[in-house]
Amino acid sequence: MISDEILNKYDITIGIECHVQLATATKLFSGADNDARDKSPNSVVSPIDFGLPGMLPVLNREAVNLAIKAGKALNAPIAQVSRFDRKHYFYPDLPKGYQTTQMYHPIILAGHIDAPLEDGTTIRVGIHHAHMEEDAGKLTHYGDYSLVDLNRAGTPLIEIVSDPDIHSAAGAKAYATELHHLMTYAGVTRGDLYHGNMRFDVNVSVALKGATELGTRAEVKNLNSFRSVEKAAEYEFRRQVQRLESGEAIVQETRGWDDTKQVTNSQRSKEDAQDYRYMPDADIPPIVLSSEEIETIQATVPILPPEYRAKWQTLDVDRSVIDALLSVQAYAELVTAIQEQSGDAITKRVANWFASALGGKDEENLATEVTLPTRDDLVELATMTADNQLSSTAAKEIFVDLTRGATNPRAIAEQKNLLQVSDEGAIIAIVEEVLADPTSAKAIEDIKNGNDKVIGFLVGQVMKQSQGKANPALAQKLIRERL
Amino acid sequence: MTTISECIRQTSSARARVEAAFEKAAAHEHYHALLSLTKERALERADAVDRGDITGRLAGVPFVVKDNFLAFGAPTTAASKMLENFTAPLQATAVERLEAEGAICIGKANLDAFAHGGSTENSAFGPTLNAVDTTKVAGGSSGGSAVVTALDIVSFALGTDTGGSIRQPASFNGVVGVKPTYGTVSRYGVVAMASSTDTIGCFAHTTADAALIMDIMAGQDERDMTTLPNFFAPTTNVTAGQKIGLIRESMSDDVDSEVRARMNEYVAKLRAAGHTIDEVDLPMLTHSLAMYYIIVPAEVSSNLARYDGIRYGYRAEGVQTLAELYGKTRDQGFVTENKRRIMIGSFVLSSGYFDAYYLQAQKARTLLINAYNELFKNYDVLLSPVSPTPAFGLGENTADPIKMYLADIMTVPPSLAGLPAISVPAGVTAAGLPVGVQLIGPRKSDAALLALAGSLEDQA
Repeated sequence: MISDEILNKYDITIGIECHVQLATATKLFSGADNDARDKSPNSVVSPIDFGLPGMLPVLNREAVNLAIKAGKALNAPIAQVSRFDRKHYFYPDLPKGYQTTQMYHPIILAGHIDAPLEDGTTIRVGIHHAHMEEDAGKLTHYGDYSLVDLNRAGTPLIEIVSDPDIHSAAGAKAYATELHHLMTYAGVTRGDLYHGNMRFDVNVSVALKGATELGTRAEVKNLNSFRSVEKAAEYEFRRQVQRLESGEAIVQETRGWDDTKQVTNSQRSKEDAQDYRYMPDADIPPIVLSSEEIETIQATVPILPPEYRAKWQTLDVDRSVIDALLSVQAYAELVTAIQEQSGDAITKRVANWFASALGGKDEENLATEVTLPTRDDLVELATMTADNQLSSTAAKEIFVDLTRGATNPRAIAEQKNLLQVSDEGAIIAIVEEVLADPTSAKAIEDIKNGNDKVIGFLVGQVMKQSQGKANPALAQKLIRERL
Repeated sequence: MTTISECIRQTSSARARVEAAFEKAAAHEHYHALLSLTKERALERADAVDRGDITGRLAGVPFVVKDNFLAFGAPTTAASKMLENFTAPLQATAVERLEAEGAICIGKANLDAFAHGGSTENSAFGPTLNAVDTTKVAGGSSGGSAVVTALDIVSFALGTDTGGSIRQPASFNGVVGVKPTYGTVSRYGVVAMASSTDTIGCFAHTTADAALIMDIMAGQDERDMTTLPNFFAPTTNVTAGQKIGLIRESMSDDVDSEVRARMNEYVAKLRAAGHTIDEVDLPMLTHSLAMYYIIVPAEVSSNLARYDGIRYGYRAEGVQTLAELYGKTRDQGFVTENKRRIMIGSFVLSSGYFDAYYLQAQKARTLLINAYNELFKNYDVLLSPVSPTPAFGLGENTADPIKMYLADIMTVPPSLAGLPAISVPAGVTAAGLPVGVQLIGPRKSDAALLALAGSLEDQA
């Protein structure tokens, strides 16, 4: 094991390339269905994707529109003229013998994103550029033969290339997470990580603190979870420092991530790197966009996470609550609508319910279908709580009912007998009964002797007598008046 | 020679026309102009025409397509072992449009494998013989299509022209050949050679027939993003007193004297018709071959990458590894000229050479386009021979690829510039070999070029 003291002598530098599958109905250059999930092999493949002789690409304009939206999320200008190029290599999952990509004139120019870290600070990561390209198919190996599935061949991607601006594994995870937020919110991708809708290549180098040049980098390819991005970066940091400390050089190479063993493995070194013989693709005319077209398309981009965070600043809630709200775009939209209609106090209650009832338990939530409550029901629920008609426990219970399809919180409260009693007369009777009860004598004595905390016991007794419906604040006030 | 209208007029039924075409094809089998016949489908369509189920401007007119067009009824081989047994699941747009007008494809014509060559000697299935002199080459790469037209098996045939592949065989066999403005006819369903210069055109006996065929095939196709909105409007109106530039560099001493003599006669006819002819300079002409044999092989190496033995077509047997599968499949499936171009193309696109070769050639191409634009400020049409020589002997140039490439010097420049250029017969040599004259116009002047040539046709 390498000591923290030694690790502290080094800086890590990380740049990330992210492949984002675009949420188009059809493929980048053909009319074939773009959703290959759960489809039988080679069932969504057109003659174009298959690379038949004489087939020509027809650019999917919807993919271009999504790239234009992505540009807005990346705070990056859109090139008014961009082009496609061919990247050549032979592999059975690449039907044309080349991948159509944008080597020389990408559609998305330099930009940046701000990624919030766990500790509340934010890092700004430069976007070098992002380009459109098509995905390849998939090869599955069986003993002495392999099978080719071209369902994914031709799926539109944008590859977002960051600057080497990230200097911690946590930062890498934060960047990946925020990128996922931005791309899903902007509607660019379905964002299904399990199905590889976003895949990350993490370039890691280390150098002694204060060094003026970056170290040699290794690239860990094809990571498909935020956690693996973080773990791979962390592993590479230690591995590379260890090598340098033992006098070995870092090899520029491509590495893979073994999720079971939580280690990276060498796949191929730079010496084996192919010459891709890039050339412009003459079959596809340049994409020429006017500023008006770009503006019109970008105007349809909904509110993105950074703007939500800014809007919610006045709610004064924890970072974890914000994350829970952002985890589902519909939550964020709903909470913001409530904030605009009913103000921060009501919204804060709703936000906290979302976080405590639905946040942080993604696996469970995936299992149970969540119904999004209506804005009016949530406002009513929060108002009833603010007015002491419901205890916080009862409110949360009703909130959960709402997320399971129930409506009308007042009706639920009445039906479940959860309304608090705030009628002074009724509570006075109970309070007097409790105070008269001999079992309360000790407590009354203690309070009189200055042990004020014991009042909780008496309030508890009142709540018990009222079957939980008494307003506890009112009960306490009435008890005090009588002591 | 049977024009399209004569073809329709002379014969009572479509079936009779198609059967006559097959008879003529059989009688001329030794020319090896056709790689396959689409008998069953052609006769079915002929009967449909006779029943009145299929109508149109070409109802029941037989034609032939170069075997790099995807078409039903026979395999699409591109004259290569690689696609020897490839059956197209769909048809090229050009074929579909002709069929929509009732035309009947009767067979598929020989070519240089993957259209690489200028003599049809690079066909994996053997060369096509010249229609006039069987000791001479047919020209290429669309040699088969030129010969079936010249032999009057059909009234028209389709070809592709990337650097002269329609114009040169048209001139070698004495028929009209049209290479349109880049983007006039959809390339969809045609085996790609070089995407930035590939064009779809035709062979015919007259400019009027060629204009009709181009009119039917032309126009935007949503399946080919490089197609232009239809601009092609056939006409017989010829602008009087046109200014015509005879390209000086195309009339140098290197050019066969008989070819120059036929050129001068054609120039005299143009003058007699009231047009003005000046000699003009196009110094870029001499650099065109260098550009062409960088840009085109680069695109060829890319477009032929899909023939890997994985999904369709030829696959080498007895291989152990993936690399061996690729290597042997491509070694055995391609002819020497295919491999030569793939290697040149791969080289000029390689890291470290891309800038020096490919980019440099593209810059030179821009200069060539500019040079044409300058000339077209003052001239309506440019004139040159189609080929520096009449048809050469079979086997004469096969050992010397450079000499073979030099034969393309007149036809390559308009291809690089995307300009329309047509080849029209301009008499024969003392030995009886046809000579063709090339008329080159600004982009989209295709119909005007055909009209101008047509106005001299009767005197030819």
